[in-house]
Amino acid sequence: MMHFLLLFSRQGKLRLQKWFTPVPEREKKKIVRDMTTMVLGRKPRSCNFLHWKDLKIVYKKYASLYFCCGLDAEENELLALEVLHRYVELLDKYFGNVCELDIIFNFEKAYFILDEFLLGGEVQETSKQVLSRSIEASDMLQEAEIDNSDYDLELGWP
Amino acid sequence: MPAVSKGDGMRGLAVFISDIRNCKSKEAEIKRINKELANIRSKFKGDKALDGYSKKKYVCKLLFIFLLGHDIDFGHMEAVNLLSSNKYTEKQIGYLFISVLVNSNSELIRLINNAIKNDLSSRNPTFMCLALHCIANVGSREMAEAFAGEIPRILVAGDTMDSVKQSAALCLLRLYKASPDLVLMGEWTSRVVHLLNDQHMGVVTAAISLITCLSSKNPDEFKTCVSLAVSRLSRIVSSASTDLQDYTYYFVPAPWLSCKLLRLLQCYPPPEDGAVKGRLVECLETILNKAQEPPKSKKVQHSNAKNAILFEAISLIIHYDSEPNLLVRACNQLGQFLQHRETNLRYLALESMCTLASSEFSHEAVKTHIETVINALKTERDVSVRQRAADLLYAMCDRSNAKQIVAEMLSYLETADYSIREEMVLKVAILAEKYAVDYSWYVDTILNLIRIAGDYVSEEVWYRVIQIVINRDDVQGYAAKTVFEALQAPACHENMVKVGGYILGEFGNLIAGDPRSSPLVQFNLLHSKFHLCSVPTRALLLSAYIKFINLFPETKATIQEVLRSDSQIRNSDVELQQRAVEYLKLSSIASTDVLATVLEEMPPFPERESSILAKLKKKKGPGAVSVELEDGKERGELNGGGDRGGDAAIAASNASTPSPSADLLGLRSAAPVSGAAPSAGSLLVDVFSEAGPAAASAGVNDDGFLRFVCKNNGVLFENQLLQIGIKSEYRQNLGRMYLFYGNKTSVQFVSFSTTVSCPGELQSQLNVQTKTVEPLVEGGAQVQQVINIECLTDFVDAPLLNIKFRYGGALQNISLKLPVTINKFFQPTEMAAADFFQRWKQLSQPQQEAQKIFKASHGMDTEVLKAKLLGLGTALLENVDPNPENYVCAGVIQTKAQQVGCLLRLEPNAQAQVRTRARAHTQMYMHTHTQMYMHIHTQSPSVLLCAALIASLTAVCVFLCAAANQAWRAGNTQLALFSLALFLSHSPPLSFTPFFHFLIHFSPHIDSTLSH
Repeated sequence: MMHFLLLFSRQGKLRLQKWFTPVPEREKKKIVRDMTTMVLGRKPRSCNFLHWKDLKIVYKKYASLYFCCGLDAEENELLALEVLHRYVELLDKYFGNVCELDIIFNFEKAYFILDEFLLGGEVQETSKQVLSRSIEASDMLQEAEIDNSDYDLELGWP
Repeated sequence: MPAVSKGDGMRGLAVFISDIRNCKSKEAEIKRINKELANIRSKFKGDKALDGYSKKKYVCKLLFIFLLGHDIDFGHMEAVNLLSSNKYTEKQIGYLFISVLVNSNSELIRLINNAIKNDLSSRNPTFMCLALHCIANVGSREMAEAFAGEIPRILVAGDTMDSVKQSAALCLLRLYKASPDLVLMGEWTSRVVHLLNDQHMGVVTAAISLITCLSSKNPDEFKTCVSLAVSRLSRIVSSASTDLQDYTYYFVPAPWLSCKLLRLLQCYPPPEDGAVKGRLVECLETILNKAQEPPKSKKVQHSNAKNAILFEAISLIIHYDSEPNLLVRACNQLGQFLQHRETNLRYLALESMCTLASSEFSHEAVKTHIETVINALKTERDVSVRQRAADLLYAMCDRSNAKQIVAEMLSYLETADYSIREEMVLKVAILAEKYAVDYSWYVDTILNLIRIAGDYVSEEVWYRVIQIVINRDDVQGYAAKTVFEALQAPACHENMVKVGGYILGEFGNLIAGDPRSSPLVQFNLLHSKFHLCSVPTRALLLSAYIKFINLFPETKATIQEVLRSDSQIRNSDVELQQRAVEYLKLSSIASTDVLATVLEEMPPFPERESSILAKLKKKKGPGAVSVELEDGKERGELNGGGDRGGDAAIAASNASTPSPSADLLGLRSAAPVSGAAPSAGSLLVDVFSEAGPAAASAGVNDDGFLRFVCKNNGVLFENQLLQIGIKSEYRQNLGRMYLFYGNKTSVQFVSFSTTVSCPGELQSQLNVQTKTVEPLVEGGAQVQQVINIECLTDFVDAPLLNIKFRYGGALQNISLKLPVTINKFFQPTEMAAADFFQRWKQLSQPQQEAQKIFKASHGMDTEVLKAKLLGLGTALLENVDPNPENYVCAGVIQTKAQQVGCLLRLEPNAQAQVRTRARAHTQMYMHTHTQMYMHIHTQSPSVLLCAALIASLTAVCVFLCAAANQAWRAGNTQLALFSLALFLSHSPPLSFTPFFHFLIHFSPHIDSTLSH
């Protein structure tokens, strides 16, 4: 299973963190620090896999963002790379040409999409069609709600 | 594209996020956040009830602040309120907040669980999924308690939507991993297995993760999944790339599901059903064939997905380890990847090959790639790939290529990354030792290792080289010469000085004939390094100097001069000062003879598992297992001991069929006596006592050991594979033991080998000779081995028998204690009553007697008691004791060095307590030998003191040292010092070596007395 998934920028700014096992906050910070220094310190064209403690680390860079996950020792690294890729595809399909800013400003969406795709560190659904359908369905619910909300109140400083 | 995604209405949130992003400094950010927190807090506390939308927005802001790395201590309640909202987005944010900021506040957990329960029973699939996601994300014990019963029902219910099933399966998996005791198997389990047949690929993908986990924990309950998995896999593998529609990923049909199916099969042995197995082999072959086909797309996603399946298939082939054809094909495929332009594939191929190397079918095939791997080690740009290459070289190393591989690893070490140097050093050291045929090569390698990467050479490595040099006299001269040369380098590593100091101190004489390395030259060379070294090394060098004085009397004056100098004798470091003082004193007071005895060459070290290997295992964890397996195959060069050789003896199966043996006197409680073998004297006591000494020597199976104290034949050991029968006879101080190894299976054992070793002191106390056995034991056959035993002097430990063989590829390793105890060398002695009591009275000193009172737990049967006492080896004397209830025995223990007379009385009384008393007398010069051993092993200071006194009178200095040692361990410093003082007051009788050892161990603590 996957233990965690981290998205961070080239400057080491964490953009998304998903923990599939219970980890104390202090330990989380340490892991994030280790991952960013380790991954950002890699030379270009290195391989995408690393060993870290008992975990396999698989990472890949998409534009300015690094996607990095920690896996159990028996997991398949190549397939994990494609898990990352599929997640990028889902974000891309949802936001349309996704960029780092989309994930910053709509972080909750990034989490929702991830929840549809991975659950408890395992792949829940792989079909892009099925996944997009369920993500869009929840957006339709949302849209219906927004029409009813007093949108005007939101203008200006809360 | 849903336009809504970019602005779903939480404008306030977007403004806040961009404010944060515009902050120029950390301080500004914190200021902005605090302002926002205050604002939110006031909103939450305000009189006006917030509407759901505002609540959602503020909760979302709090979440953002938390994810930025700031603490959040409020808002949980508002988030929980959102859970019960009817609006999807509000609920969704509420759940997200709860999932990220888990709080084990019991009040809240109840509320959260309540909300989840409502959503689960809402029959609204979107709400149900949200609730299930939340359970899976939190996965706490409280949640497991609340929902572990409900979720299986949702999972297998006929009317559950597919998407809910998927979430339920993974949710259940998460709860099972977190609290397996709460997820109870039930009738749902069989229905879960059948989800493998579900029409919806997504459901199968999710469910198989659950099934794999459950199968690995309860393989029997789930074994029907094997055939289902094989047929599902076969359907996917044979499908065209378009058949599976959206489950085809870049022209690869269902890669995730395929890999998961292959992983599930790795929980089981190869299918027994021929048809299923045939189908599976066909699948594996198809996957291997597809790897050779031209790619259907140039995209890396295509090749990754395809190769993911391939690697998973190879893992399964390696797991089965039974299809030589597939193994070799797998190896060839990996060989191709070794030269692939994709770094990822090279990395994975190296990693996979490591496991292949440990299979006997593919080990040779892996070896053919040695040049490529060496090349990878030299030329790969990526350190993690180089590390895998080093791992693989280590795994593929055997006798045929050891020299080449060790040389390559050494040369790589010069440029290796700092992060992996220590591990590399350990590996080189292990390989050099394991495959050393010629020990000069071994010494060269280790010294090179110290030269190249001295900082990374841990203590274990240089200890080991010294152990080996000490134990192998054929390499000592070479070692001295080489280390002498290495020390001549202008800058040499401190570890080199340590090895040099130790080896020259022991064996410098072997090269002293050459004027270029005359004693004085050697000394000056060592001493030139002295000032650059740390305290422990200097201490070691001082010991080397005193050894020099003994080896080369002509250096005495020079060395004494050095010791006498203020920088030594007044060194601020206590250890150094003390050594200088003691050594100076020793060299000036003691006669040459005494000096020669005290400073005798170190005795050989006991053979044991290489400490380096232990260290590597500790360092690497599970990864080192394959090495260990291999180790069994190749062991024996260094550690095999010199007692092998001769022809194998295969005997007909004439082993005595043993009767189930009763415990001695039936008195011992069930707890097996283990570990620290009873000492010669206390053996008598221990076998009669209810519970033996506790400390167990790990890994040695000695269940059967005690049963053989009073008998010579029977079954020593038995498990599902192997039965070991034993038959033995003893005369005087000689014994012969026949071991019968019976293969209980129908499969042959290969690489069958046995070693008998005498740990520690036992080496000098027992002489044990064995003949090797044939390495092949056919199924159902029995092999005989003869062991000749000579008792040189009394002994405490029992020899160890180690048996290794491969059964179906798996290495089996069994360690047993051979039931050789001191009483086996009893010669029964008949004597009349008067005679007996006269002798008994002669042996009246307290330390000549061992007495033990214990409860007879099973009552007392006269015949059983008699049989046991006779079995002990003594003569049972009738009509001797005036009390007819008592049993009286006499015997003489025969050893080569001496004979020890032994009298024994067993005095049962009405309360079913039994007292044994044994008195012993040596007919030569050593009184109370046996008893003293026993007393020394007690912890009572007074007994120790007596033992020490007696020992001093009888000049048994070995015991004095042992007594001191024991007292020291027991924390009785005074007694230890007293024993030592006694010891020193006697002229050197037997051997000073133990004293010397003691001195080295405890010297920091005894300075005060020595100066008295």
